[in-house]
Amino acid sequence: MNQQELQALRTMIVVHKRWDMIFGLIGILALMIALMTFTALFADMAINGVGRISWEFLTSFPSRRAADAGILSAWVGSVLVMLVTAFAAVPLGVAAGVYLEEYARKNWVTDIIEINVSNLAGVPSIIYGLLALGLFVYTFGLGQSILTAGLTLALLILPVVIVATREAIRSIPQIIREGAYACGATTWQVVSDHIVPYSSAGILTGVIIGMARAIGETAPIITVGALTFIAFLPPAPFTGEPPAGLFDWLFAPFTVMPIQMFNWTSRPEAAFLANAAAAGFILVLMTLAMNGLAIWLRYRLRKNINW
Amino acid sequence: MNSTVITAENIVLMQQVSDRLKKDFSRHLKERVIEAILFLAAFLSVFTTTAIVYILLKESWIFFQHVPLTDFLFDTQWTPLFDDAHYGIMVLLSGTITSSMVALLVAIPLGTIIAIYLSEFAPFSVREIAKPFLELLGGIPTIIYGYFALLFVTPLLQKIFPELPGFNLLSAGLVMGVMIIPYVASLSEDAMRAVPMALREGSYATGATRLQTSLRVVVPAATSGIAAAYILGISRAVGETMILAVAAGMQPNLTFNPAEPGATITSFIVQVALGDLPHGSIGYQTIFAAGLSLMLLTLVFNLIGFYMRKKYREAY
Repeated sequence: MNQQELQALRTMIVVHKRWDMIFGLIGILALMIALMTFTALFADMAINGVGRISWEFLTSFPSRRAADAGILSAWVGSVLVMLVTAFAAVPLGVAAGVYLEEYARKNWVTDIIEINVSNLAGVPSIIYGLLALGLFVYTFGLGQSILTAGLTLALLILPVVIVATREAIRSIPQIIREGAYACGATTWQVVSDHIVPYSSAGILTGVIIGMARAIGETAPIITVGALTFIAFLPPAPFTGEPPAGLFDWLFAPFTVMPIQMFNWTSRPEAAFLANAAAAGFILVLMTLAMNGLAIWLRYRLRKNINW
Repeated sequence: MNSTVITAENIVLMQQVSDRLKKDFSRHLKERVIEAILFLAAFLSVFTTTAIVYILLKESWIFFQHVPLTDFLFDTQWTPLFDDAHYGIMVLLSGTITSSMVALLVAIPLGTIIAIYLSEFAPFSVREIAKPFLELLGGIPTIIYGYFALLFVTPLLQKIFPELPGFNLLSAGLVMGVMIIPYVASLSEDAMRAVPMALREGSYATGATRLQTSLRVVVPAATSGIAAAYILGISRAVGETMILAVAAGMQPNLTFNPAEPGATITSFIVQVALGDLPHGSIGYQTIFAAGLSLMLLTLVFNLIGFYMRKKYREAY
């Protein structure tokens, strides 16, 4: 190899190394774009909204005068809908996950179920709204109620809960099952005494992520017909005349936080936009807190468990 | 009695225990019932899919008895709520396609670059911080992004393009792109991480740089996973609702120009649902026909994704 070729080779190496560095910078830049968008979004909400957040804002009904309006009916509605969603999605999701991991035989029925679970995760949320409108509202006659909304969101987050449950169960070593079976336990005893308790933290992570998604979902709730202006609260749970009155709240009309925000965002007056920012800020804080908790839980889980 | 020695007496004892377990009818019945209940929970997913298809087809069937399919596909106006009603889905499709294109032009390059950077370049500490952060970004409600597009990005763009209308597909699409970045980045990154180390080592051993290894070895080896990430990004863009409903203006507009306002399939459904349409009216059925079109559109992308995954699948 003569001097000239060596020189050419060296230049080539330098050039390619430079490209390496340039790409590294581009990568950081791309991450920064995502980070800056997030910061801008958060700061914009905070600047426009924090001034409106007060005790009155949390305890007032929406109003035609922006300064008097609050989010009482919205956050109460969100909490009640989430309650229904959790009650439906957690048992169903965990049961389905347990079935697929511990019971299901390898056959075409199982294949169909698995394909359906992964496909449902990709169905746009508004389609769930249409399903609920056709099925829950009109076929089952549940009306445009808290129950309908909660069940809709439960169907929506079911794949999330199922996948999280399956992953948590899969990380339990086979030895645990074999030990229990060797003692004469039935499948259900293995599941209820060992599998579900040991995977509960992983399941909880999935449930929190699913609930964080559900609390921000707007489109399916609008589609089932949530009202945008509600100046009353649903009957307080479990206070009516038993037995039927206990569940009156399930059938009450309602609104939720993201819909209240949507309603204020679509008004031209600046004062209502400030309300929207305030509601949005609370909503962002809520979802960030829930997702943050889930990520932290998962991180702890990875660090602490050594089978 | 020494327990380690299996005597004849011991065997008989064990036999009795296992016989008792076998004959315990109630124990078996309980197991069966529980398994059946768990199976029903798992089967709910099949029921949900069937119910979605059934509801969409049933309501659309009534719709198509009033509106000929040719009008639906080829009419260039979408005015289902006017007296002079036209039902040209093309108008809504153009909005959906335009906004999705803008979003994907943002999300696919940035998402891929972030994925390559995190998988191949970034030090461990950066990865550990960036991944959860991206996850948080993906968890923000879309209505928040809609507010951001309408009241932050649009005014910002209007400073550069003063003639841009207050509602436009461009800012909605841009923000939608940022919303999709985490999905594309995180799935692509997973696919690249799954490429075995030996392939990278082989490449480095021949003297390749990081960038060469990333682009010529890792990315091709992870093609099927990256394609799946893109397909998920496309489905998200096509099905996204609130950003468009808030920031793009909900006016049906046959255009492929992102600087104009427009309605998409999803934002039309929201618009109708916000109004007061009686159950069974033709307007009520249009949202199911629109929903069916959306469902078919995402189905097409999912099938392409399935085919790509099969074709480019690399097994290690």
